[in-house]
Amino acid sequence: MRRALLVWLVLAVAALTAFALALATGSRWISPLELTHALFAPGDSLAGEIVTELRLPRALAAFATGGLLALAGALMQVLLRNPLADPYVLGLSGGAAVGALAAMLAGLGTLFVNLGAAAGALVAILLVFALAQRDFARQQLFGPLDASPRLLLTGVMIAAGWSAIITLMLTLAPDAKLRGMLFWLMGDLNGVDSWAPAWFVLAAALVVIYPAGRDLNVLLRGEALAHALGVRVMPLRRTVYLVASAATALAVTTAGTIGFVGLVVPHALRLALGNDQRVLLPASALTGGTLLLLADTAARTVLAPQQLPVGVITALVGVPAFMFLLLRAPGKP
Amino acid sequence: MSAPLLRVNDLTLRVGARTLVRELSFRIDPGEVWCLLGPNGAGKSTLLHTVVGLRESQGGAMELAGRALHAWTPGEAARLRGFLPQTLHDAFSASVMDNVMAGRHPYLARWQWENERDREIALAALQAVDLAGFEQRDVLTLSGGERQRVALAALLAQDPPLLLLDEPLSHLDLRHQLLVLEELGRLARERGKGVLFTVHDLNLAARFAGHALLLTPQGTVRQGPIGEVMTEPDLWCAFGHRVARIEAAGRTLFIPE
Repeated sequence: MRRALLVWLVLAVAALTAFALALATGSRWISPLELTHALFAPGDSLAGEIVTELRLPRALAAFATGGLLALAGALMQVLLRNPLADPYVLGLSGGAAVGALAAMLAGLGTLFVNLGAAAGALVAILLVFALAQRDFARQQLFGPLDASPRLLLTGVMIAAGWSAIITLMLTLAPDAKLRGMLFWLMGDLNGVDSWAPAWFVLAAALVVIYPAGRDLNVLLRGEALAHALGVRVMPLRRTVYLVASAATALAVTTAGTIGFVGLVVPHALRLALGNDQRVLLPASALTGGTLLLLADTAARTVLAPQQLPVGVITALVGVPAFMFLLLRAPGKP
Repeated sequence: MSAPLLRVNDLTLRVGARTLVRELSFRIDPGEVWCLLGPNGAGKSTLLHTVVGLRESQGGAMELAGRALHAWTPGEAARLRGFLPQTLHDAFSASVMDNVMAGRHPYLARWQWENERDREIALAALQAVDLAGFEQRDVLTLSGGERQRVALAALLAQDPPLLLLDEPLSHLDLRHQLLVLEELGRLARERGKGVLFTVHDLNLAARFAGHALLLTPQGTVRQGPIGEVMTEPDLWCAFGHRVARIEAAGRTLFIPE
């Protein structure tokens, strides 16, 4: 318990540092003194306007999106008992992308692109839930054969279906719209203005799932064993799926399909901290948020005024960092 | 007399069109060690899964500590019976200690973290399966037999009155087979635990169990004290192979012909 608090404290300090950095950097450097002034007494100074109107909303959106993705990834890995699972593995991002791209093709504005993404995500969530009904509802079928592999297969197939539709839409799209569509697919925080829904869902997801932390630890030992140890396996699996899906849907609606964060942050934390979900889930949210915030800061400053899709940065920095962790200590928990 | 740890009445188990078990009734009282014998596919695991509550039966009733199995909440049931599954698979790295600690899950309240006492129980369980000093090892680096003993330690840490074990001896070497069965026997004798385990070694079954359930491919079940169940005709009928029963060196030995 004390160790968990210490871990979270360190990560929270890192998150605050990242926030300070994100707010200070950009086309105009804002000194720490100016920054404090701008945050707590904005007035109508130029610095105050840049910080509160431009950088803060974007930083908040980036942090919440990263937190949602890492949390969803950690939960999907537990649900599917597969270290390779990520938030998108069950096809949710595909559904969201089809919705968003359809709105773009129709020439609709940002609001409708977001609504399209949300609607697509919802359809994808319900589709997997309906098709994998027996993996969530019927106790009869589990026992020697766990439900996880079948659910994974169902999701992967649905994802393949979405991906075909996406390719079809890209093929048919006029050149003028193609660039925007590709940026959306890679994940982009440029022009994001609403951060409140993502924060709300992040907080709600943690509140719902955190009390089940020890149940999730036991669930990782296998469904039969979890049942024997007193875990209500099926309701728990449903909750995990819905929480992870809601988190992913909000992240995708906010910023498109940013890859990598959801797969690697929980995994890296497992290597560093061990696999206790009570420590890991909040730590994932904090680390995912911090990582995406830093990546987004880099994305908008490295080649300024050119803005890069943040998904490119997360992968370029994350892959070597993760390989280092993976190869550092073979066989250590 | 107190309620039996487990009472099974007229239990029928079917998989598809095949009847595995027909109208089976038996009870396990504190201090009894039962072995569950039968050929492959006779329904040993299915019977255990049903008793654990992992699948529905096709008729009959089961009672745990005097109350219908389904009347207990999962958490309550976990304090009354424990289960060792036949197959274990680890997707993620985890320390041996974390694995054994899972056995303490039923005793902890929602917000409670494992305390020093849970740690001591887990360490004692590891000691009992000859894995002292393995606490920090990663389960992914263990051998099959060591991994099996970690799962046994988790069950010992759960410490339920009734232990249901599906092939507890798989992957274990000779010494550890005996060590595990001796530990289960000691728990029954000294602490009044009930034990039901599946096993393929008839000699070990006869040596450590006081009672036996013998499943046949026809769905009938012989049951009772070990000497009455493990007879030459019944074993032949169940396994489809002649077995000679020999009394030697104060033990009953079974030799396949």
